[in-house]
Amino acid sequence: MSGTKPRTLYDKIFDAHLVETLPDGTALLYIDRHLVHEVTSPQAFEGLRMAKRPVRRLEGTVAVVDHNIATDASRYTGIDDPESRVQVETLERNVKEFNVPYIPLTDARQGIVHVIGPEQGLSLPGMTIVCGDSHTSTHGALGALAFGIGTSEVEHVLATQTLLQKRAKNMRVTVEGALPAGCTAKDIVLAIIGKIGTAGGNGHVIEYAGSTIRALDMAGRFSVCNMSIEAGARAGMIAPDQTTFDYVKGRPHAPKGEYFDRAVEWWKTLPTDEGAVFDKEVFLDAAEIVPMVSWGTSPEDVLPITGTVPNPEEGADEARRAQLRRMVDYMGLTPGQKLTDLKVDVVFIGSCTNSRIEDMRAAAAIARGRRVAEGVRAMVVPGSGLVKLQAEQEGLDAVFKEAGFEWREAGCSMCLGMNPDKLTPGQRCASTSNRNFEGRQGPGGRTHLCSPAMAAAAAVTGRLTDVREIAEGKH
Amino acid sequence: MDAFTTLTGIAAPLPMANVDTDKIIPARFLKTIARTGLGKSLFANLRYREDGSENPDFVLNQEPYRHAEILVTHENFGCGSSREHAPWALLDFGIRCVIAPDFADIFHNNSFKNGILPVRLPREVCDQLMEDARLGGNARLTVDLERQVVVRPNGEEISFEIDPLRRHLLLNGLDDIGQTMQKSASIDGFETKQRAAQPWLYGAAQQEERTAS
Ligand code: SF4
Repeated sequence: MSGTKPRTLYDKIFDAHLVETLPDGTALLYIDRHLVHEVTSPQAFEGLRMAKRPVRRLEGTVAVVDHNIATDASRYTGIDDPESRVQVETLERNVKEFNVPYIPLTDARQGIVHVIGPEQGLSLPGMTIVCGDSHTSTHGALGALAFGIGTSEVEHVLATQTLLQKRAKNMRVTVEGALPAGCTAKDIVLAIIGKIGTAGGNGHVIEYAGSTIRALDMAGRFSVCNMSIEAGARAGMIAPDQTTFDYVKGRPHAPKGEYFDRAVEWWKTLPTDEGAVFDKEVFLDAAEIVPMVSWGTSPEDVLPITGTVPNPEEGADEARRAQLRRMVDYMGLTPGQKLTDLKVDVVFIGSCTNSRIEDMRAAAAIARGRRVAEGVRAMVVPGSGLVKLQAEQEGLDAVFKEAGFEWREAGCSMCLGMNPDKLTPGQRCASTSNRNFEGRQGPGGRTHLCSPAMAAAAAVTGRLTDVREIAEGKH
Repeated sequence: MDAFTTLTGIAAPLPMANVDTDKIIPARFLKTIARTGLGKSLFANLRYREDGSENPDFVLNQEPYRHAEILVTHENFGCGSSREHAPWALLDFGIRCVIAPDFADIFHNNSFKNGILPVRLPREVCDQLMEDARLGGNARLTVDLERQVVVRPNGEEISFEIDPLRRHLLLNGLDDIGQTMQKSASIDGFETKQRAAQPWLYGAAQQEERTAS
């Protein structure tokens, strides 16, 4: 396994977790951390119960509720929706029955699973991390191998602490140069998906590299890795470095003292070796990145905010033209229309892509001293109870409230139409989440993905807005 | 899990690329705690109008495709979330096989684990099969996993590739948890080694959370 052949970050973590290779080449991979939430686990626990199997490694597992819960005070008095309530209650029953560590709704540490894993130091560099949720790729920003799994695999990990895996191909996306003003990690990843498409990473694990990525703080790195799945990749990763170690140090579940030093020593051996071969390489010049926004119903359909709605008739082939026509129609657009002319009804700042304290600060910087435009509903949903507390200590909640934003409790909220925070048919939303599929934020809802600053800018002008104009004082 | 050997049935044409899991089963239907009963919500946003009535233009609302057991579609089927509700919904509707030029990784994986066979065939071939599917109820496709062929209504056989382990599990309806549990000695061995090298991964740090409220 070790040998002299140069290896990638992915190869190294994969090799370090190989329990056994089956005769056909499938790997039995050890899983260090398994994060469990209420939506994709009930049938897995049911399977264990039926087969009379226990959870193999309780200390490798932690459960939290995030998808179904309301993000206002009503969550503490019980969930109205009977099905949501059953799902949450089922998880609570399951963690009790199987003795799984659980962070309850009333705990300050509760939040979106992909925010709290790193925040608590449950997710660490060099680990294999899984969760029944595709955005598990987020944790790869720590230099971990983290990916989403289905419910059958959740059951497999609960029972065996392993997964059957085929080795993925290696892909590297290198971004070089200084990020232009007004651009953020979210704009980088939207630009990448726009370039390689939603199937661009299929079968691959993406490593993000280059000076632009190195310069990102951890929040930015989480945003980039988060959307790897939107590029079709199994996982996204960034080599651990000093930024990573500083972030991890002192977190509740991170190694302490001498153990920390030993861990760092190992983590430092993880970055891709010089000369390692990637099956696919993509390069991006940061100077070319502009504040991005999605216009269609697939995350690859993004444009610079300065762009105009495409003409479906210019699609490459009939299938694409049909798809473009459907998107233009669903999104209620006119070809040639300027994106900055699109009025928004709702602004959503939150989700596992952009709900960390840095995201709250970026949005607050735009909101400060301004007002949410007439007729716009703008909500800010911190990713965890601890992000919320931190923001309140910094007075950001007051900035948002004075500007007319709603300041909510932690959860997935309007990222997906599964809890009370939903769009109504036809509503247009500037959203910092990661998916703009039809109906994602509620049936008939129209999603425009963008960065927190861009979303806040849309809130104060009432339409999609180039955040650079706000910075220049034009609004 | 039911074994999959040979399936002869009606194929429904769905000429769309990038059919995402929110299309297959919108998030609002994920609140179930069972694996069954999702068939009625399969493709809900395409299949039903806002008032809840059926959209007659959608293929699965038309005869004979209401009884489809095979779906023929375009690139990147199943992209999006990891929800296993997508294969559960297909299965509950009665679909046991999806034929497409390629699939999103997680969906591909999830299908096998639920006894659904995803068949990868080149786009031109999928287009041909879609034409066959459009012929309606008398034009059934056969998918033979044993021989790894799709048989067109005109008798032409098209072979497809499939991972041998997955084929074996599917042909025999085997659950891979049982298989892996037989390897518990190797897993124990791995843990012993890892505990020595990275003891911090084996701390008692999480004890405090053990008390679920
Ligand atoms: S915030 Fe959205 S994408 Fe993230 S875990 Fe929750 S629902 Fe999934």
